[in-house]
Amino acid sequence: MNAMTKSAADLRRAARDHIRVPRLETPFHERLMAISEVNDWYNWAGYKAPHSLTDGELEYFAIRSTAALFDISPMVKYRIAGPDAERYLNRLTLRDVRKLGVNRVHYTAWCDDHGHVLDDGTLFRLGEQEFRVCCQERHLPWLLDSAFGFTVDIREETEEIAGLALQGPTSYAVLRDAGFAGVERLKPFDIATFPHEGGEVTISRTGFTGDLGYELFVPRARALSLWDRLWAAGELHAIRAIGYGALNQTRIEAGFIVANADFMTAEAALRADRVRMPDEIGLDWLVDPDKPNFNGRRAILDARRNQTLKHILVGLEIEGNISAEHAIVYHRQKHEAGLVTAATWSPTAKRNIAIASLERPYGSKFTEDLWVEIYAMRELKYQKMMKRAKIVPRPFVKLPRRTATPPGLK
Amino acid sequence: MTSFDAIVIGAGHNGLAAATRLAKGGRRVLVLEAANEPGGATRGREFSPGFRSAGLAHLVNRLDAEVAKDIGLDLKGHETLLPTTVLDGSGKAITLNGAYGESIDGVSAEEQAAFAAMRKKLIFQAGILKRFLRRPPPQIGAVSLGDLSTLAGAGLSLIRKGRSEGRDFLRMLLMNVADVTDEYLTDDRLKGLLAFDATLGIHLGPRSPTSLLGLYYRLTGDVAGRTGGQFVPSGGMASIAPAFRSAAEKAGVTIRCATPVARILADRGRASGVVLGDGTEITAPVVVSAVHPQTTFLRLVDPAESGTGFVRSVKNVRSHGNVAKLDLALDRIPDFTGLPAEARNGRIVLVRSKEQVETAFNPAKYGEFSTDPVMEITLPSLSDPSLAPSGACTLSALVQYAPYRLKAGWEHGKPAFLKIVLEVLERNAPGIGKSILAANLMTPVDIEAEYNLPGGHWHHGELQADQLLVNRPTGAASGYKTPIEGLYLASAGAHPGGGISGLPGWNAARHILSGATA
Repeated sequence: MNAMTKSAADLRRAARDHIRVPRLETPFHERLMAISEVNDWYNWAGYKAPHSLTDGELEYFAIRSTAALFDISPMVKYRIAGPDAERYLNRLTLRDVRKLGVNRVHYTAWCDDHGHVLDDGTLFRLGEQEFRVCCQERHLPWLLDSAFGFTVDIREETEEIAGLALQGPTSYAVLRDAGFAGVERLKPFDIATFPHEGGEVTISRTGFTGDLGYELFVPRARALSLWDRLWAAGELHAIRAIGYGALNQTRIEAGFIVANADFMTAEAALRADRVRMPDEIGLDWLVDPDKPNFNGRRAILDARRNQTLKHILVGLEIEGNISAEHAIVYHRQKHEAGLVTAATWSPTAKRNIAIASLERPYGSKFTEDLWVEIYAMRELKYQKMMKRAKIVPRPFVKLPRRTATPPGLK
Repeated sequence: MTSFDAIVIGAGHNGLAAATRLAKGGRRVLVLEAANEPGGATRGREFSPGFRSAGLAHLVNRLDAEVAKDIGLDLKGHETLLPTTVLDGSGKAITLNGAYGESIDGVSAEEQAAFAAMRKKLIFQAGILKRFLRRPPPQIGAVSLGDLSTLAGAGLSLIRKGRSEGRDFLRMLLMNVADVTDEYLTDDRLKGLLAFDATLGIHLGPRSPTSLLGLYYRLTGDVAGRTGGQFVPSGGMASIAPAFRSAAEKAGVTIRCATPVARILADRGRASGVVLGDGTEITAPVVVSAVHPQTTFLRLVDPAESGTGFVRSVKNVRSHGNVAKLDLALDRIPDFTGLPAEARNGRIVLVRSKEQVETAFNPAKYGEFSTDPVMEITLPSLSDPSLAPSGACTLSALVQYAPYRLKAGWEHGKPAFLKIVLEVLERNAPGIGKSILAANLMTPVDIEAEYNLPGGHWHHGELQADQLLVNRPTGAASGYKTPIEGLYLASAGAHPGGGISGLPGWNAARHILSGATA
């Protein structure tokens, strides 16, 4: 073995080094680690993320009563820029991007040629020709292949951009006291940039809780100083760092769905019947047949015309207070009608709520006499309960403070 | 301004076949052609002062008789089938007479019998596949009654010959041609010919799996009902383009040459016409693209009008040519050693063995041309004296392998490859070098430029198992209709594929006239 081959082998070994870090740490990990009392971590897109940090219940009430700080850095982020960026995204996604103003955000989804949803996410218009897509799954090959014929630059920026969600009734007060002057002017889905540590932080009035709240994006290098700035200002506003458990409760209350939890994304689904069209997961309102052609358009409109849609997503209110997560839904206690994909007791609504995927005509034609079968593990024995379920509109919790502008302080 | 029911893009023979059928079906049809004359790859050109080439094709071996009759094609000469002669440089020729060697000269009686047995087997098997040529490929998920009857017919014809024939068909279908020739033959030259015929125009060597399909494809063609036959129309190959043109014009088709199409108009999944190079818009409810599918969907249609997955699959169509076309201007008729005089007007194949073909393929895998290439030759001016001055002669050769993506680049590679090709010719026809007045070698890159053929591939995409039938050119556009309503494919890139058959265009037109939406 000579020096040349040795160095080639070293290079190969170095390229394999990622296996030494099976879980990446987010830019805020140091702070989270210092706070965490329960060491309850889970894997979010390859990152170590807290399921909870102190106490799930306290974390939930931080979101609904004070201010909660949630690390969203693992969210997959793509920067899409160039003269054709708008046209490109309009072909890629379901909603009309031409209607999305600069410094505005909209929720959207995108499909494959067969109209099956690849993912949902938020689209940030940072400039006339500059966008950021935030989503759950990784799509770079799809995004790059979609770029054929467009003058557009596509870059993944998940690692370099740190993100924080600051949610809850005192979240605006925290930002104000942290010195982000003018943030009160942000209406829901607005974006603005503010100076921070010689650089900039992008703040949008968005979130996944259905509450008053903001999301802050900053380059990785300035992540910790941003955390500290909010933390210091938040002390008097009862700021609390939270994990996914509490956030998940609030997102169910808000009626939001999560990719690969409430529906299978088309590229992740192995079984042919697991993919979903937008109309089958409650996203029909995103589809804009009047805008220029977009991926999946024909398939979606054909399915509507031919009435071949097979599933429907519904909100359920279930009697009792036992969470019905992953329970089977029945019609007349007999015919299997679908599955509960997410469920929780809602402390705010004081209702037992759930999101369920039903097989039509259940949920579309047959909407009465629905039941869920809950298996509650009680000391190594399942307690089986057949509980009445009622289809109710989402969101389960609607808070006026989410949209009030200027926002309230508590 | 006249309005049209259908616009056909490209006046190649498939475009004209489609246009003629549509016009005969009562549609007002406009054909738009970028070049100054119709004909596509059968368009002739002067390659040297006084010497003309009749285009890329130099023989007809699969012009569909029903298509020719239906569109009123006035081509004569198919009663005279041309022989194929194999020359290996030894001076001892093998000549296949009639339709693909109904009789053979130059081999032993045993070998003649062995070849006859093999020929019979292959023609029988190709006949089963032939049933699928004249109709759109079955649409997966929407199989029609007609599809079922075709499938049933294919199944029945297999069973009729007994279970062992059916088994043998399934055994051989995806075999390589080299192994099949070994099963039947002993003569290296004959094996070499079959290896050459199976791989000509396809990026496979005789030992590559599925290479037998290329031979089947050849044997799905016939001339006047004689499978595997070949002919040159009276008046030469140069009479093909005018024949298609006059059939179209007689049917009432309007043909505009020197009128390149810049874009196909489409909005939200519906085609509505074309925009010409000069910006003029012409609208029509039906647009038939008889040019390469990649040109259609990657250049003419705004990619935003197609789905990402579809664009991906069109980009993945393999369409890199492997064949170079040589036209020579000679001051006299060349003298190939051992070539019987009566076979001079036929096809001459320079090949020694299937190993030679395989060895010629090897460098092509790595982006290099063959250093010992194989080729088929015709002498076009013998049947069409107008191609050369009196006493002189033209030679046309299809030479492989000459990969489109040559690693060294064709600017450098072309003179070197031409030298090699001329050396092979010199070995087989001593003295030919001295009689060359002009040599014009078209590499796949030149073919691409001259005939607007992406990759310089005359089949508009590899004729291999994964790009046939329901996958030609790609799943979502395999039934002539495409994901864009009102836009149809009608070139060799559509089923059943390349060669002068007229079938892709004719099938497409029939599909459109049937009003089928599936």
